[in-house]
Amino acid sequence: MSIETIFFFETVVSGLMTGVMYALVALGFVLIFKASGLVNFAQGVMALFAALALYDFISPDGWVYALFGFTFPVWAGIILTIGVMIILAWLIERLMLQHLVKQEPIILFMASIGLAFVLEGVGDILFGSDVKPLDIGIPQGAWDWAFDHGFYVEKLDLYAAAVAAVLVTVLAVFFHSTRIGRALRAVADDHQAALSVGINLRTIWVIVWSVAGVVALVAGIMWGSKSGVQFSLSLIALKALPVLILGGFTSVPGAIIGGLIIGVGETLAAVYVGPYVGGAIENWFAYMLALVFLFFRPQGLFGERIIERV
Amino acid sequence: MIYRETGQFKATYDADQAIFPIAQDRWFVWAVMAVAFLVIPFVIDDYWAAAVFLPLLTYGLAALGLNLLTGYCGQVSLGTGAFLAVGAFSTFKLVTMFPEMNFIVVVLLSGCVTAAVGVVFGLPSGRIKGFYLAVATLAAQFFLVWLFNKVGWFFNYSPTGQITMPPVSVFGFEITGPSATPAASYLFCLTFVVVFALLAKNIVRGRIGREWMAIRDMDIAAELIGIRPLRAKLTAFAVSSFYIGVAGSLYFAVWLGAAEPTDTFGIDQSFLVLFMIIVGGLGSVLGSFLGAAFITLMPIVLKNTMVGGLGMEVVTAKHVEISLIGVLIVFILIVEPHGFARLWQIAKEKLRKWPFPY
Repeated sequence: MSIETIFFFETVVSGLMTGVMYALVALGFVLIFKASGLVNFAQGVMALFAALALYDFISPDGWVYALFGFTFPVWAGIILTIGVMIILAWLIERLMLQHLVKQEPIILFMASIGLAFVLEGVGDILFGSDVKPLDIGIPQGAWDWAFDHGFYVEKLDLYAAAVAAVLVTVLAVFFHSTRIGRALRAVADDHQAALSVGINLRTIWVIVWSVAGVVALVAGIMWGSKSGVQFSLSLIALKALPVLILGGFTSVPGAIIGGLIIGVGETLAAVYVGPYVGGAIENWFAYMLALVFLFFRPQGLFGERIIERV
Repeated sequence: MIYRETGQFKATYDADQAIFPIAQDRWFVWAVMAVAFLVIPFVIDDYWAAAVFLPLLTYGLAALGLNLLTGYCGQVSLGTGAFLAVGAFSTFKLVTMFPEMNFIVVVLLSGCVTAAVGVVFGLPSGRIKGFYLAVATLAAQFFLVWLFNKVGWFFNYSPTGQITMPPVSVFGFEITGPSATPAASYLFCLTFVVVFALLAKNIVRGRIGREWMAIRDMDIAAELIGIRPLRAKLTAFAVSSFYIGVAGSLYFAVWLGAAEPTDTFGIDQSFLVLFMIIVGGLGSVLGSFLGAAFITLMPIVLKNTMVGGLGMEVVTAKHVEISLIGVLIVFILIVEPHGFARLWQIAKEKLRKWPFPY
């Protein structure tokens, strides 16, 4: 194979891996949107918040070490962080969601931006705002086997892809085969019908936000290992939005496939088109790509068909 | 007792269709105008102009523009920051290319340019609705800011990529640049805001405004009674962008004096203006200004109390401020999702019976 072909494939692979990362964030959006009809802009900040909390549990720079003189092993740190995210979900339901039932979608969206502000400020106060290198022992560097065959593939990206695959499988099983999963699907389908058969909406919300918190934690770990835990992590929410409208707000497979399409498209455009127009096009390219798809399918690739009646 | 329309008879259709049919409202508006035009210019200083009044006026105008689109026509836009940028950069280009052109004309032309750009980015609204459209307008936000960063022609190839406003005079008074008096800048903005607020008030109760509201309430039903959806949506995008363009022009030229695309017109601005209309009240001209007042003044008040009053460190105060703003926004959305305009409405209804409610 010629150098160009190899380079092309490397670009595609790295695009796919970036796409997996986007999909991880978009997944959290889809879960919450399905259950509570809320486009949760705070998902990116939740990823940041989770990563910051994890960092503080396991790193000698964190305040756990400063206060008690020891750090938790990585697995304990992850479990504790999941605990933090569950408490956070409970608080959000208690203090915010419960009072915003039946509001217009735009009000809910604005409330989630307000929530993003709160989490951002609280995260900064609690954990500080400097860049933190998160290392939980995921190997980094080139994947040897591919490298021997002339490709450069980042190991971290492979792990991210594997984790994402596991996560999606677990979620799919969870949604399809457990009692809570069935309740979740019922709520997603029709709030009132779900209420009338005795499903506790508020418990469901706490569960969904907790699951979204765990997904945010995974996304936070992956992005944090890649480029350090810092404020810009919360901006991946803006990367997840085109993924969502491309894939459809209500579809888990849509989030994954949308993420992959955006990831590949963006990386290819940045490598092959970017240099001719001055670079940095990845900021808007995803949106334009999503817009083109939307002209043909206004509800996204996998979104529910919009049926309108007067 | 005081606020009661009893005994105010209208003998003509003109009187019946007045913008403020109740005399007390009219007096109130005249009183506010009198204070704004006759009192504030004499007491205003640099700090008050730069920190309070100019932000209030420019953001108020931008919020009004967005409210026409989102509140009246129901199309959510997250591209306000970019449209402000279009207004600002058109002003900059026009002023540097035609220095002898009257600045009022420059501002209006900047609005027209923004309106044209707004129509182009409003085109997807013919096909996409709701949240999908909101995200689609983010394309405008990121693309336009990128464009103003990358294409040297827009910022006259200045090495920093910044644009700086040269001093400009209107009717012999300097209104931009460092030697402009705060009163002159303030009055210039105020005149624009008052004229355009009046215009907006009239647009929304005329044919165009009713078309918008029909589209907002249910677009299919509106289509069935003979409203062309795409045309109504595009006029909304055009008028709204015009307002935002004018606001962007004033924002850059009169208030800031210098601007840099990424920071000055970022997505934060889009969210900020959206916050203003949600907190102020969707579909209300007054609400746009109340929201703008709240969102621009609250950080100043918070900062002054925390840094000045409680002696907090500036960095900590910044973080606390962000969280508090978030908390306040969520709180307001929970307590009064229809915004301050609704509170004002409720207050007026209570006032009719005050002090003897039955």
